[in-house]
Amino acid sequence: MAALIESNVNHLKETLVHMWQLIIAQMEKARQTVITGDKNLIPEIKFNEKRVDAFELKLDMDCENTLMLKNPVAVDLRFVVSALKINYNLERIGDYAHGIAKIMDKLNTAIPESVLEQTHLLEMFYTAQTMLQEAYDAFETMDRNKVKSLFETDKKLDRYDKESNAIIAGIIDGKPSLSTESVLDILLIMKKLERTGDHVLNIAEELVFYFDADTIKHSKLDKKDSLPII
Amino acid sequence: MIQAEAKNINVWYGGFHALKNISMNFNPNTVTAFIGPSGCGKSTFLRLFNRMNDLIPNFRLEGEILLNGQNIYDKGVRLDEIRKQAGMVFQKPNPFPKSIYDNVAYGLRVNGNNNKTELDGIVENALRQAALWDEVKDVLKKSAMELSGGQQQRLCIARALAVQPQLILMDEPASALDPISTARVEELMLELKKNYTIIIVTHNLQQAGRISDYTAFFYLGELVEYNATEKIFLNPEKERTQNYITGRFG
Repeated sequence: MAALIESNVNHLKETLVHMWQLIIAQMEKARQTVITGDKNLIPEIKFNEKRVDAFELKLDMDCENTLMLKNPVAVDLRFVVSALKINYNLERIGDYAHGIAKIMDKLNTAIPESVLEQTHLLEMFYTAQTMLQEAYDAFETMDRNKVKSLFETDKKLDRYDKESNAIIAGIIDGKPSLSTESVLDILLIMKKLERTGDHVLNIAEELVFYFDADTIKHSKLDKKDSLPII
Repeated sequence: MIQAEAKNINVWYGGFHALKNISMNFNPNTVTAFIGPSGCGKSTFLRLFNRMNDLIPNFRLEGEILLNGQNIYDKGVRLDEIRKQAGMVFQKPNPFPKSIYDNVAYGLRVNGNNNKTELDGIVENALRQAALWDEVKDVLKKSAMELSGGQQQRLCIARALAVQPQLILMDEPASALDPISTARVEELMLELKKNYTIIIVTHNLQQAGRISDYTAFFYLGELVEYNATEKIFLNPEKERTQNYITGRFG
Protein backbone atom coordinates (compact mmCIF):
# COMPACT_ATOMS: atom_id res chain seq x y z
CA MET A 1 0.00 0.00 0.00
CA ALA A 2 2.82 2.37 0.92
CA ALA A 3 4.60 1.94 -2.41
CA LEU A 4 1.38 2.49 -4.33
CA ILE A 5 0.37 5.73 -2.68
CA GLU A 6 3.94 6.99 -2.51
CA SER A 7 4.60 6.41 -6.18
CA ASN A 8 1.29 8.07 -6.98
CA VAL A 9 2.06 11.14 -4.89
CA ASN A 10 5.60 11.30 -6.28
CA HIS A 11 4.23 11.20 -9.81
CA LEU A 12 1.87 14.07 -8.99
CA LYS A 13 4.77 16.04 -7.52
CA GLU A 14 6.85 15.52 -10.65
CA THR A 15 4.04 16.71 -12.89
CA LEU A 16 3.45 19.75 -10.69
CA VAL A 17 7.16 20.58 -10.74
CA HIS A 18 7.26 20.36 -14.55
CA MET A 19 4.25 22.63 -14.82
CA TRP A 20 5.72 25.08 -12.33
CA GLN A 21 9.01 25.22 -14.28
CA LEU A 22 7.09 25.84 -17.47
CA ILE A 23 5.18 28.74 -15.86
CA ILE A 24 8.44 30.25 -14.58
CA ALA A 25 9.87 30.03 -18.09
CA GLN A 26 6.72 31.53 -19.62
CA MET A 27 6.89 34.52 -17.30
CA GLU A 28 10.57 35.04 -18.12
CA LYS A 29 9.83 34.97 -21.86
CA ALA A 30 7.03 37.49 -21.33
CA ARG A 31 9.50 39.75 -19.51
CA GLN A 32 12.05 39.45 -22.32
CA THR A 33 9.36 40.42 -24.79
CA VAL A 34 8.44 43.50 -22.75
CA ILE A 35 12.05 44.62 -22.29
CA THR A 36 13.17 44.16 -25.88
CA GLY A 37 9.95 44.49 -27.81
CA ASP A 38 11.22 41.49 -29.76
CA LYS A 39 8.24 39.49 -30.97
CA ASN A 40 10.19 36.35 -31.76
CA LEU A 41 9.37 34.77 -28.43
CA ILE A 42 5.64 35.34 -28.72
CA PRO A 43 4.81 32.25 -30.84
CA GLU A 44 6.71 30.14 -28.34
CA ILE A 45 4.73 31.62 -25.45
CA LYS A 46 1.49 30.98 -27.30
CA PHE A 47 2.48 27.40 -28.08
CA ASN A 48 3.51 26.75 -24.48
CA GLU A 49 0.20 28.14 -23.23
CA LYS A 50 -1.39 25.03 -24.76
CA ARG A 51 1.09 22.89 -22.83
CA VAL A 52 0.13 24.73 -19.64
CA ASP A 53 -3.53 23.95 -20.28
CA ALA A 54 -2.68 20.32 -20.94
CA PHE A 55 -0.74 20.16 -17.66
CA GLU A 56 -3.72 21.62 -15.83
CA LEU A 57 -6.08 19.01 -17.23
CA LYS A 58 -3.66 16.19 -16.52
CA LEU A 59 -3.06 17.29 -12.94
CA ASP A 60 -6.78 17.72 -12.33
CA MET A 61 -7.43 14.22 -13.58
CA ASP A 62 -4.49 12.67 -11.70
CA CYS A 63 -5.52 14.34 -8.44
CA GLU A 64 -9.12 13.21 -8.87
CA ASN A 65 -8.00 9.66 -9.60
CA THR A 66 -5.70 9.66 -6.58
CA LEU A 67 -8.50 10.85 -4.31
CA MET A 68 -10.92 8.34 -5.79
CA LEU A 69 -8.70 5.27 -6.00
CA LYS A 70 -5.95 5.66 -3.42
CA ASN A 71 -7.88 7.20 -0.53
CA PRO A 72 -4.95 9.35 0.63
CA VAL A 73 -4.89 10.55 4.24
CA ALA A 74 -2.76 12.84 6.42
CA VAL A 75 0.19 14.38 4.55
CA ASP A 76 -0.75 12.59 1.31
CA LEU A 77 -4.29 13.95 1.44
CA ARG A 78 -3.02 17.44 2.22
CA PHE A 79 -0.65 17.26 -0.72
CA VAL A 80 -3.30 16.15 -3.21
CA VAL A 81 -5.80 18.80 -2.05
CA SER A 82 -3.07 21.47 -2.21
CA ALA A 83 -1.85 20.27 -5.59
CA LEU A 84 -5.33 20.69 -7.05
CA LYS A 85 -5.42 24.32 -5.95
CA ILE A 86 -1.79 25.11 -6.79
CA ASN A 87 -2.49 23.71 -10.24
CA TYR A 88 -5.37 26.16 -10.73
CA ASN A 89 -3.29 29.12 -9.58
CA LEU A 90 -0.32 28.19 -11.76
CA GLU A 91 -2.58 27.95 -14.78
CA ARG A 92 -3.89 31.46 -14.08
CA ILE A 93 -0.34 32.79 -13.86
CA GLY A 94 0.34 31.07 -17.18
CA ASP A 95 -2.67 32.93 -18.59
CA TYR A 96 -1.14 36.24 -17.46
CA ALA A 97 2.18 35.47 -19.18
CA HIS A 98 0.23 34.58 -22.31
CA GLY A 99 -1.90 37.72 -21.94
CA ILE A 100 1.22 39.91 -21.68
CA ALA A 101 2.59 38.27 -24.83
CA LYS A 102 -0.64 39.02 -26.69
CA ILE A 103 -0.47 42.67 -25.60
CA MET A 104 3.13 42.91 -26.78
CA ASP A 105 2.12 41.31 -30.07
CA LYS A 106 -0.44 44.08 -30.53
CA LEU A 107 1.96 46.93 -29.76
CA ASN A 108 3.60 48.34 -32.86
CA THR A 109 6.68 49.48 -31.05
CA ALA A 110 8.87 48.58 -28.09
CA ILE A 111 7.98 50.21 -24.78
CA PRO A 112 10.28 53.23 -24.40
CA GLU A 113 12.83 52.99 -21.59
CA SER A 114 11.42 56.11 -19.93
CA VAL A 115 7.98 54.48 -19.71
CA LEU A 116 9.49 51.27 -18.34
CA GLU A 117 11.13 53.37 -15.63
CA GLN A 118 8.08 55.49 -14.83
CA THR A 119 5.81 52.46 -14.52
CA HIS A 120 8.29 50.38 -12.48
CA LEU A 121 7.37 47.61 -14.90
CA LEU A 122 10.71 45.85 -14.62
CA GLU A 123 10.63 45.99 -10.81
CA MET A 124 7.12 44.54 -10.92
CA PHE A 125 8.32 41.75 -13.20
CA TYR A 126 11.30 41.11 -10.93
CA THR A 127 9.09 40.97 -7.81
CA ALA A 128 6.45 38.71 -9.37
CA GLN A 129 9.06 36.36 -10.83
CA THR A 130 10.99 36.24 -7.56
CA MET A 131 7.79 35.33 -5.71
CA LEU A 132 7.00 32.60 -8.22
CA GLN A 133 10.52 31.16 -7.95
CA GLU A 134 10.59 31.34 -4.14
CA ALA A 135 7.23 29.61 -3.87
CA TYR A 136 8.65 26.89 -6.09
CA ASP A 137 11.78 26.62 -3.93
CA ALA A 138 9.62 26.51 -0.79
CA PHE A 139 7.59 23.67 -2.29
CA GLU A 140 10.69 21.72 -3.28
CA THR A 141 12.42 22.11 0.09
CA MET A 142 9.30 22.43 2.33
CA ASP A 143 10.81 25.69 3.60
CA ARG A 144 8.29 27.53 5.78
CA ASN A 145 10.46 30.66 6.05
CA LYS A 146 10.39 31.12 2.30
CA VAL A 147 6.61 30.89 2.38
CA LYS A 148 6.40 33.58 5.04
CA SER A 149 8.62 35.98 3.09
CA LEU A 150 6.21 35.83 0.12
CA PHE A 151 3.54 37.72 2.04
CA GLU A 152 6.01 40.53 2.67
CA THR A 153 7.27 40.62 -0.92
CA ASP A 154 3.74 40.88 -2.30
CA LYS A 155 3.30 44.19 -0.50
CA LYS A 156 5.76 45.70 -3.02
CA LEU A 157 3.56 44.65 -5.92
CA ASP A 158 0.53 46.07 -4.14
CA ARG A 159 2.31 49.42 -3.69
CA TYR A 160 3.23 49.58 -7.39
CA ASP A 161 -0.32 48.66 -8.30
CA LYS A 162 -1.77 51.39 -6.08
CA GLU A 163 0.30 53.98 -7.88
CA SER A 164 -0.32 52.55 -11.34
CA ASN A 165 -3.44 54.53 -12.31
CA ALA A 166 -1.84 57.85 -11.37
CA ILE A 167 1.39 56.94 -13.18
CA ILE A 168 -0.44 55.92 -16.34
CA ALA A 169 -2.57 59.10 -16.21
CA GLY A 170 0.64 61.14 -15.89
CA ILE A 171 2.17 59.43 -18.90
CA ILE A 172 -0.92 60.08 -21.01
CA ASP A 173 -0.99 63.74 -19.88
CA GLY A 174 2.66 64.05 -20.91
CA LYS A 175 1.73 63.25 -24.54
CA PRO A 176 4.00 60.23 -24.97
CA SER A 177 5.24 58.77 -28.23
CA LEU A 178 2.93 55.79 -27.60
CA SER A 179 -0.77 55.91 -28.38
CA THR A 180 -3.18 56.20 -25.45
CA GLU A 181 -4.38 52.67 -26.18
CA SER A 182 -0.81 51.38 -25.93
CA VAL A 183 -0.28 53.16 -22.63
CA LEU A 184 -3.49 51.63 -21.33
CA ASP A 185 -2.18 48.24 -22.46
CA ILE A 186 0.85 48.83 -20.25
CA LEU A 187 -1.55 49.41 -17.36
CA LEU A 188 -3.06 46.02 -18.18
CA ILE A 189 0.39 44.42 -17.97
CA MET A 190 0.89 46.02 -14.56
CA LYS A 191 -2.46 44.65 -13.38
CA LYS A 192 -1.54 41.16 -14.60
CA LEU A 193 1.72 41.28 -12.65
CA GLU A 194 -0.09 42.39 -9.53
CA ARG A 195 -2.56 39.52 -9.95
CA THR A 196 0.38 37.15 -10.43
CA GLY A 197 1.51 38.11 -6.93
CA ASP A 198 -1.99 37.38 -5.59
CA HIS A 199 -1.98 33.94 -7.17
CA VAL A 200 1.46 33.19 -5.73
CA LEU A 201 0.03 34.09 -2.31
CA ASN A 202 -2.82 31.66 -2.91
CA ILE A 203 -0.18 29.06 -3.64
CA ALA A 204 1.64 30.04 -0.44
CA GLU A 205 -1.56 29.44 1.53
CA GLU A 206 -1.82 25.99 0.00
CA LEU A 207 1.80 25.27 0.90
CA VAL A 208 1.06 26.14 4.54
CA PHE A 209 -1.86 23.71 4.47
CA TYR A 210 0.30 21.03 2.86
CA PHE A 211 3.17 21.48 5.32
CA ASP A 212 1.28 22.01 8.59
CA ALA A 213 -2.46 21.50 7.99
CA ASP A 214 -3.02 25.15 8.92
CA THR A 215 -5.65 27.14 7.05
CA ILE A 216 -4.63 30.78 6.71
CA LYS A 217 -6.85 31.63 3.77
CA HIS A 218 -8.88 34.80 4.35
CA SER A 219 -7.05 35.45 7.61
CA LYS A 220 -5.59 38.87 8.25
CA LEU A 221 -2.00 39.50 7.40
CA ASP A 222 -1.00 39.67 11.05
CA LYS A 223 -2.01 36.02 11.36
CA LYS A 224 0.10 35.19 8.33
CA ASP A 225 2.94 37.06 9.99
CA SER A 226 2.74 34.65 12.89
CA LEU A 227 2.80 31.46 10.87
CA PRO A 228 4.12 28.47 12.77
CA ILE A 229 7.58 28.94 11.35
CA ILE A 230 10.23 26.46 12.40
CA MET B 1 -25.51 8.71 29.81
CA ILE B 2 -22.60 6.40 30.46
CA GLN B 3 -19.14 7.55 31.42
CA ALA B 4 -16.61 4.98 30.32
CA GLU B 5 -13.01 5.26 31.36
CA ALA B 6 -9.87 3.16 31.39
CA LYS B 7 -7.19 3.95 33.96
CA ASN B 8 -3.59 2.77 33.79
CA ILE B 9 -4.48 -0.48 32.04
CA ASN B 10 -1.85 -3.19 31.73
CA VAL B 11 -2.72 -6.65 30.43
CA TRP B 12 -0.57 -9.75 30.26
CA TYR B 13 -1.20 -13.10 28.63
CA GLY B 14 1.28 -15.14 30.63
CA GLY B 15 4.59 -13.41 30.03
CA PHE B 16 3.35 -11.41 27.06
CA HIS B 17 2.65 -7.77 27.90
CA ALA B 18 -0.35 -7.16 25.63
CA LEU B 19 -1.47 -3.70 26.79
CA LYS B 20 0.89 -1.13 28.26
CA ASN B 21 -0.30 1.54 30.65
CA ILE B 22 -3.34 2.75 28.74
CA SER B 23 -5.65 5.44 30.02
CA MET B 24 -8.61 6.71 28.02
CA ASN B 25 -11.90 8.51 28.49
CA PHE B 26 -14.85 8.00 26.19
CA ASN B 27 -17.30 10.81 25.59
CA PRO B 28 -21.00 9.88 25.80
CA ASN B 29 -22.90 9.71 22.50
CA THR B 30 -19.82 9.40 20.39
CA VAL B 31 -18.30 6.72 18.22
CA THR B 32 -14.68 5.94 19.00
CA ALA B 33 -12.71 3.82 16.55
CA PHE B 34 -9.71 1.69 17.54
CA ILE B 35 -7.25 1.21 14.70
CA GLY B 36 -3.88 -0.48 14.48
CA PRO B 37 -2.19 -3.49 12.94
CA SER B 38 -3.23 -7.03 13.88
CA GLY B 39 -1.97 -8.03 17.29
CA CYS B 40 -1.61 -4.45 18.57
CA GLY B 41 -4.07 -5.04 21.42
CA LYS B 42 -7.12 -3.13 20.24
CA SER B 43 -9.53 -6.08 20.50
CA THR B 44 -8.06 -7.09 23.86
CA PHE B 45 -8.69 -3.56 25.08
CA LEU B 46 -12.24 -3.47 23.68
CA ARG B 47 -13.10 -6.77 25.34
CA LEU B 48 -12.06 -5.45 28.74
CA PHE B 49 -15.21 -3.32 28.79
CA ASN B 50 -17.49 -6.28 29.29
CA ARG B 51 -14.94 -8.64 30.78
CA MET B 52 -14.72 -10.91 27.76
CA ASN B 53 -11.08 -11.71 28.47
CA ASP B 54 -11.68 -13.15 31.93
CA LEU B 55 -11.73 -16.77 30.83
CA ILE B 56 -8.60 -16.61 28.70
CA PRO B 57 -5.87 -18.70 30.38
CA ASN B 58 -3.05 -16.67 31.95
CA PHE B 59 -4.93 -13.41 31.41
CA ARG B 60 -3.89 -10.82 34.00
CA LEU B 61 -5.09 -7.24 34.32
CA GLU B 62 -3.83 -4.23 36.23
CA GLY B 63 -5.68 -0.94 36.28
CA GLU B 64 -9.34 0.00 36.28
CA ILE B 65 -12.18 -0.06 33.78
CA LEU B 66 -14.81 2.33 35.03
CA LEU B 67 -18.40 2.41 33.84
CA ASN B 68 -20.23 5.30 35.48
CA GLY B 69 -17.47 5.52 38.03
CA GLN B 70 -17.58 1.87 39.05
CA ASN B 71 -14.62 -0.40 38.42
CA ILE B 72 -16.18 -3.37 36.67
CA TYR B 73 -13.33 -5.59 37.86
CA ASP B 74 -14.07 -4.94 41.53
CA LYS B 75 -14.95 -7.98 43.58
CA GLY B 76 -18.68 -8.44 43.93
CA VAL B 77 -19.55 -6.84 40.60
CA ARG B 78 -22.03 -9.09 38.78
CA LEU B 79 -21.00 -10.13 35.29
CA ASP B 80 -24.58 -10.15 33.98
CA GLU B 81 -25.04 -6.58 35.16
CA ILE B 82 -21.90 -5.47 33.34
CA ARG B 83 -23.00 -7.15 30.14
CA LYS B 84 -26.34 -5.43 30.36
CA GLN B 85 -24.47 -2.12 30.43
CA ALA B 86 -22.02 -3.00 27.67
CA GLY B 87 -23.35 -4.96 24.69
CA MET B 88 -21.04 -6.63 22.22
CA VAL B 89 -21.26 -7.14 18.46
CA PHE B 90 -18.70 -9.43 16.86
CA GLN B 91 -16.93 -9.63 13.53
CA LYS B 92 -19.07 -12.44 12.17
CA PRO B 93 -22.81 -12.37 12.76
CA ASN B 94 -23.56 -14.99 15.38
CA PRO B 95 -27.32 -15.39 15.68
CA PHE B 96 -28.55 -18.24 17.81
CA PRO B 97 -30.25 -21.07 15.91
CA LYS B 98 -33.59 -19.77 17.03
CA SER B 99 -36.30 -17.55 15.60
CA ILE B 100 -35.68 -13.86 14.95
CA TYR B 101 -37.96 -13.01 17.85
CA ASP B 102 -36.26 -15.41 20.26
CA ASN B 103 -32.83 -14.08 19.38
CA VAL B 104 -33.79 -10.56 20.36
CA ALA B 105 -35.70 -11.67 23.44
CA TYR B 106 -32.91 -13.99 24.58
CA GLY B 107 -31.07 -11.62 26.91
CA LEU B 108 -34.27 -10.42 28.51
CA ARG B 109 -35.46 -13.94 29.19
CA VAL B 110 -32.08 -14.88 30.64
CA ASN B 111 -32.53 -11.93 32.97
CA GLY B 112 -35.92 -13.31 34.03
CA ASN B 113 -38.29 -11.25 31.93
CA ASN B 114 -40.99 -13.54 30.49
CA ASN B 115 -43.78 -11.00 30.18
CA LYS B 116 -45.03 -11.53 26.62
CA THR B 117 -46.51 -8.06 26.15
CA GLU B 118 -43.41 -6.40 27.49
CA LEU B 119 -41.13 -8.63 25.41
CA ASP B 120 -43.14 -7.87 22.25
CA GLY B 121 -42.64 -4.16 22.78
CA ILE B 122 -38.93 -4.42 23.52
CA VAL B 123 -38.27 -6.78 20.59
CA GLU B 124 -40.07 -4.44 18.21
CA ASN B 125 -38.23 -1.42 19.57
CA ALA B 126 -34.82 -3.12 19.34
CA LEU B 127 -35.49 -4.28 15.79
CA ARG B 128 -36.61 -0.78 14.84
CA GLN B 129 -33.46 0.74 16.36
CA ALA B 130 -31.39 -1.79 14.41
CA ALA B 131 -33.21 -0.75 11.20
CA LEU B 132 -34.44 -4.31 10.70
CA TRP B 133 -38.09 -4.14 11.77
CA ASP B 134 -39.55 -3.36 8.36
CA GLU B 135 -37.74 -6.31 6.82
CA VAL B 136 -38.71 -8.92 9.41
CA LYS B 137 -41.91 -7.75 11.12
CA ASP B 138 -44.00 -10.36 9.25
CA VAL B 139 -41.57 -13.24 9.73
CA LEU B 140 -40.56 -12.95 13.38
CA LYS B 141 -40.92 -16.68 13.88
CA LYS B 142 -38.62 -17.46 10.99
CA SER B 143 -35.20 -18.85 11.85
CA ALA B 144 -32.55 -16.18 12.18
CA MET B 145 -30.23 -18.43 10.21
CA GLU B 146 -32.29 -17.75 7.08
CA LEU B 147 -31.49 -14.05 7.11
CA SER B 148 -28.75 -12.57 4.91
CA GLY B 149 -25.36 -11.81 6.46
CA GLY B 150 -26.13 -8.11 6.74
CA GLN B 151 -29.54 -8.80 8.28
CA GLN B 152 -27.98 -11.28 10.72
CA GLN B 153 -25.50 -8.63 11.86
CA ARG B 154 -28.28 -6.10 12.38
CA LEU B 155 -30.17 -8.80 14.29
CA CYS B 156 -27.14 -9.22 16.55
CA ILE B 157 -27.12 -5.46 17.08
CA ALA B 158 -30.84 -5.62 17.93
CA ARG B 159 -30.09 -8.46 20.38
CA ALA B 160 -27.45 -6.30 22.04
CA LEU B 161 -29.82 -3.31 22.18
CA ALA B 162 -32.71 -5.30 23.67
CA VAL B 163 -31.12 -5.40 27.13
CA GLN B 164 -30.75 -1.61 26.92
CA PRO B 165 -27.02 -1.25 27.27
CA GLN B 166 -25.40 2.18 27.43
CA LEU B 167 -22.16 1.19 25.80
CA ILE B 168 -21.98 -0.77 22.54
CA LEU B 169 -18.74 -2.57 21.73
CA MET B 170 -18.19 -3.60 18.13
CA ASP B 171 -15.32 -5.78 17.01
CA GLU B 172 -14.99 -5.36 13.23
CA PRO B 173 -18.78 -5.54 12.82
CA ALA B 174 -18.77 -5.01 9.07
CA SER B 175 -15.68 -6.87 7.95
CA ALA B 176 -17.68 -9.88 6.79
CA LEU B 177 -20.35 -7.83 5.03
CA ASP B 178 -20.76 -6.63 1.45
CA PRO B 179 -20.60 -2.85 0.77
CA ILE B 180 -24.39 -2.36 0.90
CA SER B 181 -24.76 -4.20 4.22
CA THR B 182 -21.69 -2.35 5.52
CA ALA B 183 -23.28 0.97 4.61
CA ARG B 184 -26.47 0.00 6.48
CA VAL B 185 -24.51 -0.97 9.60
CA GLU B 186 -22.54 2.28 9.41
CA GLU B 187 -25.69 4.36 9.00
CA LEU B 188 -27.13 2.47 11.92
CA MET B 189 -24.14 3.32 14.09
CA LEU B 190 -24.54 7.01 13.34
CA GLU B 191 -28.20 6.74 14.34
CA LEU B 192 -27.44 4.72 17.48
CA LYS B 193 -24.88 7.15 18.85
CA LYS B 194 -27.71 9.57 19.60
CA ASN B 195 -28.64 7.23 22.45
CA TYR B 196 -25.54 5.12 23.03
CA THR B 197 -21.79 5.39 23.32
CA ILE B 198 -20.07 3.21 20.75
CA ILE B 199 -16.55 1.81 20.57
CA ILE B 200 -15.57 0.00 17.39
CA VAL B 201 -12.49 -1.93 16.37
CA THR B 202 -11.88 -1.70 12.66
CA HIS B 203 -9.16 -2.44 10.15
CA ASN B 204 -10.96 -0.34 7.59
CA LEU B 205 -9.47 3.14 7.91
CA GLN B 206 -12.05 4.64 5.58
CA GLN B 207 -14.75 3.22 7.82
CA ALA B 208 -13.11 4.77 10.88
CA GLY B 209 -13.05 8.07 9.01
CA ARG B 210 -16.70 7.79 7.97
CA ILE B 211 -18.31 6.88 11.25
CA SER B 212 -16.15 7.83 14.21
CA ASP B 213 -15.84 11.05 16.17
CA TYR B 214 -12.61 9.96 17.83
CA THR B 215 -9.91 7.57 16.73
CA ALA B 216 -7.33 5.77 18.82
CA PHE B 217 -4.25 4.27 17.20
CA PHE B 218 -2.71 1.28 18.97
CA TYR B 219 0.68 -0.22 18.22
CA LEU B 220 2.48 -3.04 20.02
CA GLY B 221 0.19 -2.75 23.02
CA GLU B 222 0.61 1.01 23.35
CA LEU B 223 -1.91 3.73 22.75
CA VAL B 224 0.09 5.87 20.35
CA GLU B 225 -2.45 8.59 19.64
CA TYR B 226 -6.04 9.33 20.60
CA ASN B 227 -7.65 12.34 19.04
CA ALA B 228 -10.58 13.69 17.02
CA THR B 229 -10.91 11.62 13.85
CA GLU B 230 -10.46 14.66 11.58
CA LYS B 231 -7.19 15.42 13.32
CA ILE B 232 -5.92 11.85 13.06
CA PHE B 233 -6.66 11.59 9.34
CA LEU B 234 -5.61 15.10 8.32
CA ASN B 235 -2.70 15.90 10.56
CA PRO B 236 -1.77 13.26 13.13
CA GLU B 237 0.55 14.39 15.89
CA LYS B 238 2.65 11.26 16.00
CA GLU B 239 4.85 10.08 13.18
CA ARG B 240 3.94 6.45 13.90
CA THR B 241 0.27 7.28 13.36
CA GLN B 242 1.03 9.01 10.09
CA ASN B 243 3.16 6.10 8.93
CA TYR B 244 0.40 3.63 9.73
CA ILE B 245 -2.54 5.45 8.16
CA THR B 246 -0.57 6.36 5.04
CA GLY B 247 0.62 2.78 4.71
CA ARG B 248 4.29 3.61 5.23
CA PHE B 249 4.74 1.30 8.18
CA GLY B 250 7.81 -0.84 8.55
